[in-house]
Amino acid sequence: MNPAFSVIFLTTLSGTAQGVVVALALAALSGVPMSRGYQVIALGCAAVLAIVALAASFFHLGRPERAWRAAARWRTSWLSREVIVLPAFIAAAVLWAWLVARGTSAPWPPLLALLLAVALWVCTAMIYACLRFIAEWAHPFTLVTFSFTGLAAGLTLACALAATLAETPLLAAAGASALVATLLAGVARVLSLRRNAALKPRSTLRTATGITATPIRQISMGMSAGAFNTREFFHHATAATVRNVKLIALVAGFVLPAACIAWALATGAIAPWWLAVLVQAPGLVADRWLFFAQARHPQNLYYQRVA
Amino acid sequence: MQLALVIDLNVCVGCHACVTSCKEWNTGGAAGPLTDQHAYAADPTGTFFNRVQTYEAGTFPDTETIHFPKSCLHCEDPPCVPVCPTGASYKRKEDGIVLVDYDKCIGCKYCAWACPYGARELDEGRQVMTKCTLCVDRIHDEALAPDDRKPACVKACPTNARLFGDIHDPQSDVAQAIRERDGYPLMPEWDTKPANHYLPRRVNKAP
Repeated sequence: MNPAFSVIFLTTLSGTAQGVVVALALAALSGVPMSRGYQVIALGCAAVLAIVALAASFFHLGRPERAWRAAARWRTSWLSREVIVLPAFIAAAVLWAWLVARGTSAPWPPLLALLLAVALWVCTAMIYACLRFIAEWAHPFTLVTFSFTGLAAGLTLACALAATLAETPLLAAAGASALVATLLAGVARVLSLRRNAALKPRSTLRTATGITATPIRQISMGMSAGAFNTREFFHHATAATVRNVKLIALVAGFVLPAACIAWALATGAIAPWWLAVLVQAPGLVADRWLFFAQARHPQNLYYQRVA
Repeated sequence: MQLALVIDLNVCVGCHACVTSCKEWNTGGAAGPLTDQHAYAADPTGTFFNRVQTYEAGTFPDTETIHFPKSCLHCEDPPCVPVCPTGASYKRKEDGIVLVDYDKCIGCKYCAWACPYGARELDEGRQVMTKCTLCVDRIHDEALAPDDRKPACVKACPTNARLFGDIHDPQSDVAQAIRERDGYPLMPEWDTKPANHYLPRRVNKAP
């Protein structure tokens, strides 16, 4: 597939926002003391990230002025469900922040935000995982890697804020989990990349055309230049570029952030937390680019030769 | 009723008359316009509902050239329909045609991702998803002579490689052709049950 930056930013920014909210909700529900200022700032960061993600999604639409219609088919479409759950998640985070700012502390706002964050991961991942003939996506790994990378990014950001604002109890409770989440996300991603590399496409030119004589090759795709089919479903990047993006994704997305977090945990310094955030962000963008670029759509069988 | 095309790969000569006739009817019909971009430049591109591709099979000197018309297959279980977030993509109960409501489509392209055949093309001018309509604005039009109530591609084909009819009616030309000449669907592995079928080539050995 041709990775669309609108969708890459939608999923990575929203995933980070969900991770921050889940980290804070779990801390709040398990009774970790957090200052009001910290909670409002962290939840505000999550809300801003999710709002930017929502705004990015509009750039993927040909007719953004009709976006409201996308809430209609929630019974059958995971995309429709995501369109409903993402604003609900933002509203829950903002509501929780507002209640905290007013000095109310009830267990239901973090619980509601937690449930919506998890529901959003399921919706986002299922948009891809439900397309059964895109083998790279149609696997539980999609849900696992989306939620784990979001959790890793969110925990890292929550801890960076906590370190800056001297939220010692939260940092003690969540610091190690940020490292564990980053390592787990990296392991899950490596396993999913290994699975992708070993996949054998189920569709072949023979099943796509029904021509039984062998070998079959395409002489003409029926047009002299490209079409939507050649623009949308091919990433047009060289194999070397894809390899480099993969290296950047794994090193900047998981290895370096884990090293920075370990450094921060060992020394108690604030700077390594922010270094982790800064290096992780482009790494996860590269990782999500790779997620889209690696998906081999069966329609590509019909578009192998411009002539 | 399930209207469909049955394409005879024995007689398609790859003349692209179905392609141009489809474009002509649909760019001016209820589905149009089908936008072209850079039409006179080095990289012309545009929206088409129907393409004729060419394949070569076998090893020289025993090779054959197969012209392969390709359009929306109007699947009986279309994977593009349930994924549509707005309901713009739908399958008609009365005749089985899969259509897009261009007034509801938001151009999110998710239906195109969900079609294993690449049958859908986003119109770059109107920014909505488009696809073969089986000339729905033509086949039911009682103002036309009965012989003209066929898709434009079927009317245009000079070798009668394109049959049109109801594959659920066992007496129809299309159902008989599928039955008697081993008509097959594309990518049967995905259980989409394409309504369009293809009639395989029968190689006549030289005496």
